[in-house]
Amino acid sequence: MKDFLLIYRSNPSPVTTASPEEMQALTKKWMDWVGSIAAQNKLTDRGNRLNPEAKVVRPNDVVTDGPYMEIKEAIAGYSIVKAETLDEAVEIAKGCPVFLVGGNVEVRQIDVM
Amino acid sequence: MQQQELIPHLFRNEYRKITAVLCKLFGIENMEIAEDIASDTFLHASELWGIRGLPDNPTAWLYTVAKNKAKDHLKRNKLFNQKVVPMVQNAASELHELEIDLSDQNIKDSQLQMMFAICHPVIPAEAQIGLSLRILCGFGIEEIAAAFLSNKETINKRLFRAKEKLRQLNVKIEMPNEAEINHRLESVLATLYLLFNEGYYSQARDVTLRKEVSLEALRLTHLLTENQATNKSAVYALLALMSFHASRFEARLNQNGETVLYQDQDESLWNAELINQGEHFLRISWEGSTITKYHLEAGIAYWHTIKADTPLKWETILQFYNQLLFLQYSPIVALNRTYALSKANGKAEAIIEAEKLNLSRNHLYHSLLGELYTDIDNGKAVVHFKTALGLTKSKGDREVLKRKIAALDLRK
Repeated sequence: MKDFLLIYRSNPSPVTTASPEEMQALTKKWMDWVGSIAAQNKLTDRGNRLNPEAKVVRPNDVVTDGPYMEIKEAIAGYSIVKAETLDEAVEIAKGCPVFLVGGNVEVRQIDVM
Repeated sequence: MQQQELIPHLFRNEYRKITAVLCKLFGIENMEIAEDIASDTFLHASELWGIRGLPDNPTAWLYTVAKNKAKDHLKRNKLFNQKVVPMVQNAASELHELEIDLSDQNIKDSQLQMMFAICHPVIPAEAQIGLSLRILCGFGIEEIAAAFLSNKETINKRLFRAKEKLRQLNVKIEMPNEAEINHRLESVLATLYLLFNEGYYSQARDVTLRKEVSLEALRLTHLLTENQATNKSAVYALLALMSFHASRFEARLNQNGETVLYQDQDESLWNAELINQGEHFLRISWEGSTITKYHLEAGIAYWHTIKADTPLKWETILQFYNQLLFLQYSPIVALNRTYALSKANGKAEAIIEAEKLNLSRNHLYHSLLGELYTDIDNGKAVVHFKTALGLTKSKGDREVLKRKIAALDLRK
């Protein structure tokens, strides 16, 4: 089994208009989805959510606001899952609740030195 | 009448107290001597009391006799004198002044320290449970053999090897230091939980004995709450979990000692006092800052004390199972989680998730799928129940499966 990083991307703050009930329903969807991966014994690390506030540091002490000024989709969080192949990891990523808010999942194998 | 009932419990209670105190005094390498002195005391008592009746204060009588026998032993045994007495005498300058402290406090402290010694992580779990039953609970070898569905010889060998191991590693009868306590407590709690389950899920016929094993585990866990160093929130959580499970003791076994499934249990047989006790401990456990698997399992067990199915009940249980899986994967938790998922989110979703579990050689996996397919595709349900039947040897499980298959066949 290899480890794969799932990178969740979504437009920052798409849920600010959602009601508390809707937000709770979305939280449940995430819990159940990650729970499903864990139930298959394929979860290495639940990972974390990332705060949307971001700065980018460039050469010569140039600091700019977050990268999403240009690329529109910011990294919202990540998890690490176990799979034999990239395709199998992609199967796991299908059904991710990030799609409900118009986001996507990038799947990358973690190379071990 | 009263006398006959009093003695067995008295012996078991006092045996473990005397043994713990003497073990503590003599050191783990002389555990057998402590056991022998305790056994000898009770042999003496049973012979004498059988003829003359109970003394006014049986406990005090036993302690006096045990103390005298211990002192006699110290005087008589040369080897013991050379090796152990100088050590013991650090606390007492003269042999005749040697104080064998059978005060309530010293009994409790000694039992607690013995618990940490016996539940040392280097001892195999099975041996830990056996030693706990013998030394901490005062069970006879025959009773232990019955609880393990084994025989006296096997149990004796197992206990002997465990004691050898404790000797070799020179495990001290003392409280672990502060840096170690959490790690060592984890091991103690794991053993107490296994001990409880040994009684709760055992295939042994003797229902009374099984109940006593579980209640002993509850008692030992409670002992941990009485000490400042060990009254951690995980201990309360385990205590709550055991209380909730124990509350269903009368309801979960029928007169033949067969398991009655949760949904078929008579709620009026659930023990309200134990449920209340569990709620009390659960509240204390949630005041702590860490959440252990015992907190989550106690939460699940709490919701099972409410029999009516509500969306809130199953949603809460599902989330507890999700969190349990985040802490650690186990096939049983994965299967139970999928059952909770069917109750919270519906069978259709649960069937898809169940088929991802990759546990097709586990009979419980097929029992679960049989359950999920019932009323959705009864043909498939029967196939899964029959596969489960082929995979399990447990008599109780086989009966339940046969009944389910028969019920579905009738509906065809």
